Amino acid sequence: MSAPLSVDLAQIGRSVVIKGELSGSEDLYVDGQVEGSIGLKNNSLTVGPNGQVKASVESKVIIVQGKLEGNVLASDRVELRKTAVVTGDITTQRISIEEGAYLKGKVDIQGKTDKAAGK
Amino acid sequence: MASTAQNFMKLFRGSSRGTEAAPPVPQKLTRRSSGLGELARLWDSETPLCVLDLGSTSAANIRFFTERGHKIYSEDLLVASTEPGLVTKDEEGKVVLDSRQFLADNLQYPAAHFDVVLCWNLADYLDESLVRPVMGRLWSVLKPGGVLLAFFHTKDAGPDSPCFRFHIVGKDMLETQRIVLKRETRRGPTGAIHTAVSDGFRLQRVFNNRHIETLFRDFASIKFFLARDNVREVLVVR
Repeated sequence: MSAPLSVDLAQIGRSVVIKGELSGSEDLYVDGQVEGSIGLKNNSLTVGPNGQVKASVESKVIIVQGKLEGNVLASDRVELRKTAVVTGDITTQRISIEEGAYLKGKVDIQGKTDKAAGK
Repeated sequence: MASTAQNFMKLFRGSSRGTEAAPPVPQKLTRRSSGLGELARLWDSETPLCVLDLGSTSAANIRFFTERGHKIYSEDLLVASTEPGLVTKDEEGKVVLDSRQFLADNLQYPAAHFDVVLCWNLADYLDESLVRPVMGRLWSVLKPGGVLLAFFHTKDAGPDSPCFRFHIVGKDMLETQRIVLKRETRRGPTGAIHTAVSDGFRLQRVFNNRHIETLFRDFASIKFFLARDNVREVLVVR
């Protein structure tokens, strides 16, 4: 499966291994391995089918096709595709889960008012 | 002659290569659940509940609880039990699953954390060596007064009863869907591909009422509901 095309899209290929803190202001597609933390507050993160992310993730949109281990905070939505394997707590406004996706963790749906109130 | 025999066998094997049909989509059936209906009064609680769903990850269940403001935790213990690293031998050399390791990897929650645990048909399909340790852990993570819902086959169900996943579609309505394990869905939490299971989980045993009472002997109360589909629904309160 090819990466989604976008004007501002950074890609981490399947042979790339990164350890540390990742942050930015463009969409990110990870098909390799990332360990640490990922912060893309106003952008989207896509974990590709070969991606293995072991990190806490904060992003606007998070789409998972591969493996993600860590807590997830999405200000807009989370999409778990059928091949997703997610271990960690998910906090988001909206979530969609395809049949076959594996989730081990908590799902906490927070509305905009919840976040504003700091709940 | 050979082709006649081959055609005859195709009746049993299905179509030949080249004209292969798409894999069958697991059939979904809807059934009423008295046990779930009994819990319905809880869902209207103003106080957010903590619910633990031990079945296959279900978007319907997550939606059902989050729409009502409750917190849901999802953990598929059957898939977790297929982790190859759990296989060990007991003192008699018999192959068992390492329950200590299993509980170190799974069900890691604070004591008295959950209001409701949806166990579904876990005990019927879980390996023998894990059943009691898991129920012991579930007792400890339930709040006093918390409720556990479990389903058990009766002996009339037969040894080949398929394992189902359960989707909540109403306050007392469940959609059941046969679990067909595909290669890509057999990845456990570590990402390992499991090959020990062919097309699903096998019924490990049939509990009678006394076995069920013994299994939940540490709980404060137990209530049985006999369903038409050879399933007993059980509600236990810690």
